[in-house]
Amino acid sequence: MAAVQAARTPPKRRDWSWRSQAFRGLVYQVVAISVIGLTIWFLAYNTLENMRVRGIQSGFGFLASPAGFDIGETLFPYDALDGYWKAFLIGVANTLRVAIVGIVLTTILGTLLGIGRFSRNAIVRSICYGYVELFRNVPVLLQLLMWYLLFTELLPDPAEPMTLAGLFFLSKGGLSFPMPDWQLGQGLAAIGALIGIVVAAIYRRFARQRFELTGKPPPVFWPSLGIVLFCALAGWLFGGAPTAWSVPEQAEIAITGGGTVTPEFLAVLLGLTFYTSAFVAEVVRAGIMSVAHGQVEAASSLGLSRGHSMRLVILPQALRVIIPPMTNQYLNLTKNSSLAVAIGYPDVVSISNTAINQTGRAVECIAIIMLVYLTTSLTTSALMNWYNKRSAIKER
Amino acid sequence: MAAIFMPVVPRPAPVKTEGFVPWVRANLFGDWKSALTTVLLGALLIYWLPGILDWSIFRAVTEPNAERCQAARGEGACWGVIFEKYRLIIFGRYPFSQQWRPELATILLVTLLVLSCIRVFWKNWLAVLWIAVLFAFFALMYGGVFGLEVVTTDRWGGLPLTIMLAALSMVFAFPLAVLVALGRRSHLPAIRTFCVIYVELIRGVPLISVLFMASFMFPLFMPQGLTIDVLLRVLVGITLFAAAYMAEIVRGGLQAIPKGQYEAAATLGLSYWQTQRKIVLPQALALVVPGIVNNFISLFKDTSLVAIVSLYELTGALGIALNSDADWRPFKLEGYLFITAIYFVFCFAMSRYSLWIEKRLNVSRQR
Repeated sequence: MAAVQAARTPPKRRDWSWRSQAFRGLVYQVVAISVIGLTIWFLAYNTLENMRVRGIQSGFGFLASPAGFDIGETLFPYDALDGYWKAFLIGVANTLRVAIVGIVLTTILGTLLGIGRFSRNAIVRSICYGYVELFRNVPVLLQLLMWYLLFTELLPDPAEPMTLAGLFFLSKGGLSFPMPDWQLGQGLAAIGALIGIVVAAIYRRFARQRFELTGKPPPVFWPSLGIVLFCALAGWLFGGAPTAWSVPEQAEIAITGGGTVTPEFLAVLLGLTFYTSAFVAEVVRAGIMSVAHGQVEAASSLGLSRGHSMRLVILPQALRVIIPPMTNQYLNLTKNSSLAVAIGYPDVVSISNTAINQTGRAVECIAIIMLVYLTTSLTTSALMNWYNKRSAIKER
Repeated sequence: MAAIFMPVVPRPAPVKTEGFVPWVRANLFGDWKSALTTVLLGALLIYWLPGILDWSIFRAVTEPNAERCQAARGEGACWGVIFEKYRLIIFGRYPFSQQWRPELATILLVTLLVLSCIRVFWKNWLAVLWIAVLFAFFALMYGGVFGLEVVTTDRWGGLPLTIMLAALSMVFAFPLAVLVALGRRSHLPAIRTFCVIYVELIRGVPLISVLFMASFMFPLFMPQGLTIDVLLRVLVGITLFAAAYMAEIVRGGLQAIPKGQYEAAATLGLSYWQTQRKIVLPQALALVVPGIVNNFISLFKDTSLVAIVSLYELTGALGIALNSDADWRPFKLEGYLFITAIYFVFCFAMSRYSLWIEKRLNVSRQR
């Protein structure tokens, strides 16, 4: 019996011959590792040798020395005497700022355009189609340059800006808009809104339990909105109800007061948003189309309205298809924000470019760029993967 | 009690559902929301359209005359700038008298690209033809043979450079991508790890950083005394970048091949490479052709970035054509619109092809 068993199981071949698959695999891997190792050693050796000969200094020590250049727009105070590390930090902040605002706007615009492709109105359909085809078939760099041209040459001078109701001003100097003076009240309102969101989430959970217990859905949307608004209002009142607004005003040569965004920021933001929206629209369209038509029919036979069947039946299923490619589009937008260097928006690539030209430390600066983008990319995909897992089909 | 025969009232004829009027009724005035949208959008169109037509056609200046363009500024487009500068925009700083060479070379390359899109020509000799055409392309562009004047790569530019960068990096990236995709599915841990690191590293960083690397760091990588042309360095950078993206597309195709195919191949006694070459890759690659075409489109658009590391392809050539000339500098918008049209024609044609080939290749999978 034991002999039969032994004959059935194939003998483990671990012989050191070319005919053993395991041995061959081992040899291939050793060869691959040594080839790649040698290449890296060769490149590193050459680099060090070249640096020694050309007298290029290396190391990240330069980050502490004064940068010596001014930056057009900064989120926190900075002057030319501050170290390179602070310049880089400002670059990263600027990159993140344009990327985050861009992602929010792109999601909204792209989703609207994607749903618009299913409109019952032929004009809406063809506008959405034309938009997508036009914007995704033209390089994003070219679009950025065109927006920049629009903002720096075709708009009126800051002395005579275009205005909307005397509150918003648009000119070569950028876009100015009214902004509340930041005081204790606004801070408390923000904190109140955050607390409100938490309370609303607890209420939603309670409403869900109630629904499962009784079968009657309690209202969710309006009460949640009410809770958030109430908490924010309470915080604002508690902080002394400040009502001071800083409104931009037209002075002699420029516009003063209010919040301002530079034309560079606007050009990068609009360029990236319009370009990426075209792709997001296609992603959304593909997602909606992937939901079987029977689902829509089943929803309407249950008596759901068009809006309900979209929100409760189609979108939850479409989301599963949409999320992975949507993540890619978010990452693309973030990576494309590096093109800001072409129009002088001080993002991290632009700052690195200046730093390379000033210090000659190409290796270190490029390493910083790559590190920043790798970190953002990996963080974004981790977050989106987590969300994807949550919305994936729960199978038994 | 005699039943009286009562004929049923005939049903009305069905509402006409085809033709122009029913189409308008269904698609423009379906319900009140749709009708409102139609009216609003129509009003906007009527409001905007005359101005746009006026600017672009009726009041536009089409002759290369800077003074007349200046006079019409703000009211009409100056298409004259294109008639004046089109050779500089399309061929960059290539010597004026020699511009038939990039023209011929580009026509050759584009013809070959179009041929490669047709399935009848997917044969082995296509690869040979590619090598021959690439040699001819370089001979024509660089010169130095058949009595052609030598034109160094720093004077190449414009559309030929755009097409060359996209086509060459695609051709070189493809085999690399197949190898990396196979490596990522390999059961040898070291090889798999290398491929994963390569793909994720490249996909995590923007192309511009790869181009910076090619432009600033590559010279440091090379041994003393060896300098490599900037065009070649950028080409290597774009190729490595494109290969990582293409590898993921190819991997998608490989994953779609059922396990039974591998098992059947193993039963026939085929080795690993025989299995891949004869069984797996032909099926997987046919699946991913649309994906690869889409990748090529984005590569074609991405070549515009090399303008940042001072290679003057189409976008960069427009810059050198207009920035230095004070007469024509104000009409940059028209120049941008011109190259936008060029990019659009190429990319739109390719995306149509991608849709078409997707339907053609997957006939067997459709019901």
